[in-house]
Amino acid sequence: MVHIPLLLQLVNACAAGLLLLSFAMLSQRRVVTLVYLLATQGALLCLATFLLAWRTNQHHLYISAALTLSLKVLFLPWLLHRLIRRLGVYWDTEPLLNSSVTMLLGLLIVVFAFGLAQPIAALSSTAARSTIGIAIAVILLAFMMMITRRKAMSQVIGFLSMENGLFFGAMSATYGMPLVVELGVALDVLVAMLVLGVFFFQIREQFDSLDLHHLESLKEKP
Amino acid sequence: MPTTPLDGCLLLIAAWGVIGLAGLVRPHSIKIVGHVLFPLSALCGLALAAIAVRGINAPASHVVLLIGLPDLPLHLRCDSLSCLFLMLLGAATTGISLFAGGYFRQGHGAAPGLLCLQYHIFLASMGCVLLADDAYAFMVAWELMALSSYFLVTTQHRLAEIRRAGFLYLLIAHLGALAILLSFGVLQGGSWQFTFDSMRAAHLSPPWSTVAFMLALLGFGAKAGLVPLHVWLPEAHPAAPSPVSALMSGVMLKTAIYGVLRVTFDLLGTPPWWWGLVALAIGLASAFYGVIFTAVQNDMKRLLAWSSIENIGIIFAGLGLAIIFHGFGMSALAALALIASLYHCLNHACMKSLLFLGTGAVLHATGERNLGKLGGLIHRMPWVAWPTLIGALAIAGLPPLNGFVSEWLLLQAFLFAGDVPRAFVDMLLPVGAAIVALCTALAGYAMVKFYGIIFLGQPREPGLAQAQDAGLLERLGLVWLAAGCVALGVLPVQVISLLNTVSRGLLGASLADPAAHWWLLAPAAARGASYGPLVFLVIAALVIVLTLLGVRMFYHRRARRAPAWDCGFVRIDARMQDSAEGFGQPIRHIFQPFFLIERELPSAFDHLPRYRMAVTDRIWRYGYEPVGQLVRRVAELVTVLQQGRISTYLLYSFVTLLVLLALVL
Repeated sequence: MVHIPLLLQLVNACAAGLLLLSFAMLSQRRVVTLVYLLATQGALLCLATFLLAWRTNQHHLYISAALTLSLKVLFLPWLLHRLIRRLGVYWDTEPLLNSSVTMLLGLLIVVFAFGLAQPIAALSSTAARSTIGIAIAVILLAFMMMITRRKAMSQVIGFLSMENGLFFGAMSATYGMPLVVELGVALDVLVAMLVLGVFFFQIREQFDSLDLHHLESLKEKP
Repeated sequence: MPTTPLDGCLLLIAAWGVIGLAGLVRPHSIKIVGHVLFPLSALCGLALAAIAVRGINAPASHVVLLIGLPDLPLHLRCDSLSCLFLMLLGAATTGISLFAGGYFRQGHGAAPGLLCLQYHIFLASMGCVLLADDAYAFMVAWELMALSSYFLVTTQHRLAEIRRAGFLYLLIAHLGALAILLSFGVLQGGSWQFTFDSMRAAHLSPPWSTVAFMLALLGFGAKAGLVPLHVWLPEAHPAAPSPVSALMSGVMLKTAIYGVLRVTFDLLGTPPWWWGLVALAIGLASAFYGVIFTAVQNDMKRLLAWSSIENIGIIFAGLGLAIIFHGFGMSALAALALIASLYHCLNHACMKSLLFLGTGAVLHATGERNLGKLGGLIHRMPWVAWPTLIGALAIAGLPPLNGFVSEWLLLQAFLFAGDVPRAFVDMLLPVGAAIVALCTALAGYAMVKFYGIIFLGQPREPGLAQAQDAGLLERLGLVWLAAGCVALGVLPVQVISLLNTVSRGLLGASLADPAAHWWLLAPAAARGASYGPLVFLVIAALVIVLTLLGVRMFYHRRARRAPAWDCGFVRIDARMQDSAEGFGQPIRHIFQPFFLIERELPSAFDHLPRYRMAVTDRIWRYGYEPVGQLVRRVAELVTVLQQGRISTYLLYSFVTLLVLLALVL
């Protein structure tokens, strides 16, 4: 039996937690809970980054961890929470696909993601290469969540979760992106969040609702 | 102090850029933009023309500018061919910029300062096209030229028809640019070096060089307005402000000629003779098609646009002839045809700019483009009418003005071609000569219509009596270009000695030493035909003066102005004059198969009878509309994808992502 050091086992446990949370988000319809799940996902990500930084002595990973903590665990969930309260969106309406079908599709996607990760893991030489599959699965599941939801708020949460997956993927494949890129991505997410916040208010002004099917009327009539 | 012509040209082009930017400082101030910047730009044009004239005889000079994309410096080169076209650009711009200084006023859509910027970017990009020595520099300048002129065409972008004209122009310009890009792609010949030097060194196999030539002909032909890619010209020219039409028609079309010359004779080297036949056929078709449509137009700027198509056709016919003769090794005739064609470029730049500016002045004074609502303006606007008369006579090909010289040279080239080795070419060439002669005659007809209806006779609308003559700057511009027409017509020997240098550079051959008689043009001395414009001018002037004197001597010496004799009718008024439609009727009748005529005849009992007629282009109906419909149908199929639901769009991305991931797996 292959011996895996304790720290790496912990990282793997975090990865498993991420995947579990992704599934939870896929099936959860209460928007406030979604925000909590997102924050928890961020916290696990932060923990995994921290453990990996400790294990491999990559100092810039500490900065990444701090960034994740401040942005994804504290600031953005707080912002989302505030938006939810101000806009009064607590429930997403019935998703486009019912949750059991979504779950089954999600399982297929996880299988696909693991199949995809194998050749990449073989090329990679990092300590946490076994978790690449999970990272890809998180990305794709978040994407799927964006597809199946109707409310703009849930889609934004899906978007942020996708970013978590990307971040985790970069960390497990190559110990994170270069710091400049990481900072840039963090800033992008922040700005996107702010823009979307403004956008929500605009949608509500226009349609008295955050339901995205109202935007369908913007389509050009043939 | 600039040392080579190239440095001087670059400096002046940069000066144009600076003048353009200066327009933005006070964009709404007519005083600064119109009375300072545009005259300055005219001065730059004059200096450019002077430098370029000196540069024609100077050896070619290169420079590599370290600006642009990393590892892609701009190569510039200035040889006699570039200098010739730079001279054309500079000289025409001098007149046009002077005129533009008086023309652009408030209330023309965009602010004058913004127009000034676009105008000068347009000028500078044309200069860069002529100087470019690698494909990147050329394409960048070429596209800049297309875009800046697009914005100038759509100055009054609030009118839907002008936006439509601009779109059509942009569409065809991009089609052409694509073809040119592909042509350069073929020309590099596997070396993947895009400087013109490496293209000259590349040896293409005959099929590939044919592909390169055809693509270049397509691309530059789209810009020049060769049939069947001419459709943008009659739309864009009426839409643009008149100085811009003048610049586009007089100068920008010539950059396309420059491009064809550059690719055919310089980059490809030895064109086979049958390419010439293709160019000749397309050129003659454009000339003929252009001229019959010129004769039936009722809008004065549209008329001039069609006339540009005709003239470009004649230039291409000369080019084709030069390629044919060059391919058969008949170098003297090739030089004659090439020089005729280049001469016509210069002439057309002068006279077409002049006529467009003339229409601009009329448009300003009357607000009318429709020939049916003008008339009798020669009394109101003599400063516009007389220079325009010179331009109209020149474009009709009357001696001693410039249009005659080039058309005469071209006919000489056609008629001397007695011993072409291929019998069928030998038989076709006289037909070509006949078509050129027909086109010249019809152009004369159209110009009688153009000039007669606008300036002669009685005013057709009461408002015309208030028409104001052009201002000082506008007059200067018109007189400058009219003087150019006269100078090019009276001093052909001097002009041809310049063109000889260009011809030597391109073909390695030139006409016999023209300096033998400075006043007598004899392109092929051994065969006997010669032309002395000064002699003609002197004799014509003598005849006129003597006749006048004689009339004054033998009749009473009292002259008085009276209404024209009305042949005994009770009353003669403006509505009884020949109208534009009426004047074009014979042509419409004779060449009916080429037109698509829509007519609305009034009923006999209508108390307000209205007669409406529209002549449209068959090529548009049967060539462009089917393509447009096809595109529309395909687009409708594609709109099925556009569901308007974000989930669906996300699903598209998701599926694409999965498929791509599965592919790499």
